[in-house]
Amino acid sequence: MSRYLRSKKVWLLLAVLGSALLSRFSGAINEYYLQVIIFVGINITLAVSLNLINGYTGQFSLGHAGFMAVGAYTASIVTLGVPLPLVTYPEPSAALFARLLGALVLAFDHAVNAVLWVANSGVAAVHGLPLVLQFVVALVAGGILAALTGLLVGVPSLRLRGDYLAIVTLGFGEIIRVVIQNTDAIGGARGYSGIPNYTTFFWAYAVAAATIYIVVSLIDSTYGRGFLTVRDDEVAAEAMGVDTTKYKVVAFVLGAFFAGIGGGLYAHTTTYINPAGFDFQRSIEIVIIVILGGMGSTPGVAFAAVLLTVLAEYLRFVAGYTFLPTWLRQLAANRTIIYALVLIALMLLRPQGLFGGLRAFGASATRKVPKAA
Amino acid sequence: MSTLLSLQGCTVRFGGLTAVSGLDLKIGPHDLAGLIGPNGAGKTTVFNIITGVYRPTCGSITLGDKAIAGMKPNRIAGLGIARTFQNIRLFASLSVFDNVRAAFNLRLKHGFSHALFRFPAFYREEADVDRQVMELLDIFDLGRHRDVLCKNLSYGDQRRLEIVRALATRPKLLLLDEPAAGMNPTEKEALTRLVRFIKEKFEIAVLLVEHDMKVVMGICERIFVLDHGVKIAEGNPGEITKNSKVIEAYLGEQPPEAGTADA
Repeated sequence: MSRYLRSKKVWLLLAVLGSALLSRFSGAINEYYLQVIIFVGINITLAVSLNLINGYTGQFSLGHAGFMAVGAYTASIVTLGVPLPLVTYPEPSAALFARLLGALVLAFDHAVNAVLWVANSGVAAVHGLPLVLQFVVALVAGGILAALTGLLVGVPSLRLRGDYLAIVTLGFGEIIRVVIQNTDAIGGARGYSGIPNYTTFFWAYAVAAATIYIVVSLIDSTYGRGFLTVRDDEVAAEAMGVDTTKYKVVAFVLGAFFAGIGGGLYAHTTTYINPAGFDFQRSIEIVIIVILGGMGSTPGVAFAAVLLTVLAEYLRFVAGYTFLPTWLRQLAANRTIIYALVLIALMLLRPQGLFGGLRAFGASATRKVPKAA
Repeated sequence: MSTLLSLQGCTVRFGGLTAVSGLDLKIGPHDLAGLIGPNGAGKTTVFNIITGVYRPTCGSITLGDKAIAGMKPNRIAGLGIARTFQNIRLFASLSVFDNVRAAFNLRLKHGFSHALFRFPAFYREEADVDRQVMELLDIFDLGRHRDVLCKNLSYGDQRRLEIVRALATRPKLLLLDEPAAGMNPTEKEALTRLVRFIKEKFEIAVLLVEHDMKVVMGICERIFVLDHGVKIAEGNPGEITKNSKVIEAYLGEQPPEAGTADA
């Protein structure tokens, strides 16, 4: 029995079955509460995946909302099945230089149209599938595209360290947002609406469980200790034969993948997304969850995701309590101020985060000698 | 005598400063060699070009028959050069066990996907790594500290752990950067025995940078002396102590005659 309890695969299976079971009763809960509970699940996915980058690998990324946006929009395009409009070609002009330029533009447009055509036929093909499969394909497509974006961002910028990397990822996150804002085919600044409400309790928590499983399994292995050596001392890690660049890219791509899936889940529960929802502040919120929970502690980060998501919603009520003094209600209405105060208190009292540095919670846990499972 | 590592005409320049200039160096597969010289002579720079932290401005470095100059440090580690650092660089948040385990990363047959899917092959390999790490730790009497965070170890144990971690990469050549720094005479004595023991037990070559003459003379069979980035002498300890250039580099030269100071 204890052998099975130690196996992570068994825990993953239990968590997925458990969320499927609980999901059957989710109709009994008030719709608003259910929404909050689903947000908690999504935030666990987002924070645990960011923790792989920021906590375990020690690369400070501020671009998680950007990857989330890529996933959200991709997944919505797949489930909505609205074909993306093809590019219309400009008239080539007579002047030689303009013709040369025109030829280049034409070639570029052909390439864009080829990609759009493949994407549209892919989306059309997906629509022959049952709804559940459509959703799975949509989420995975969102994850993969976000991971590719992560690769695109990661490879050039992972040469940078610390603050520099933070600034670059912040910049890329904003670029993604601005590009979406200026792409009319997916709604531009108006946003994208009418997305089907597919995200149930089951999906939110099965994905959260899978994310936790993957991050914890990776870290708890000789291979995964490589992530921690990159964080602790890059020079020493290199000298011990650890390919630090590869580890950083893996962390970045995997983190972006789950951010993309989290974004897909988010889009399919709010049924409306707009670029402003994936701004810099969204990234910061996820970073705050990671810092509060303790960088490099998966249980801590998951706990903090629950705490902060519920707190943010609860503050809405506090702001409405008429028996409270006005200044307190105003404070509650500005949750970023509360976040700031929580962080200041945390840095003074427990700079390593709520669960950081606690070995029982896997901060830098040593492990038992593995037995064949 | 066959050669394990050979540096030919290696020069390193940082902007206008020449840290190492035209260095030739040969180390055999079972040598206990020492690299000495006054502060700023370029000893650590030599380590850094051998291990790939810096690329030499010109010159070649070969390990066995492979040219390694300019390779990435992790590849050079994979080819068989391991090192320790002047200021200890352990993985501070990891346990003693995990510090050594990290060095096995290099030889893992199963990586990412096995860590995820955890098939029996994964557990077999993990158990295998586990056993080898404990074997190494026990040889150096660190087994009882396996779950201690390495930052909580005593200074001497930390130095030893760093050597164990380097040995875990199964090197052909071990580079020790000032292993005796900050040690008392008893600890230095123990270190001397330790280095000899490592050479015998693992049958590898050792190159060490050291300030403490007693340690160097006690350990090394062959010594290279650097001064201002130039090799000024090479030989066994007896020859080195008598070499006039070495004495000059360490103790300063005879006061020059008037009028020749600027020459």
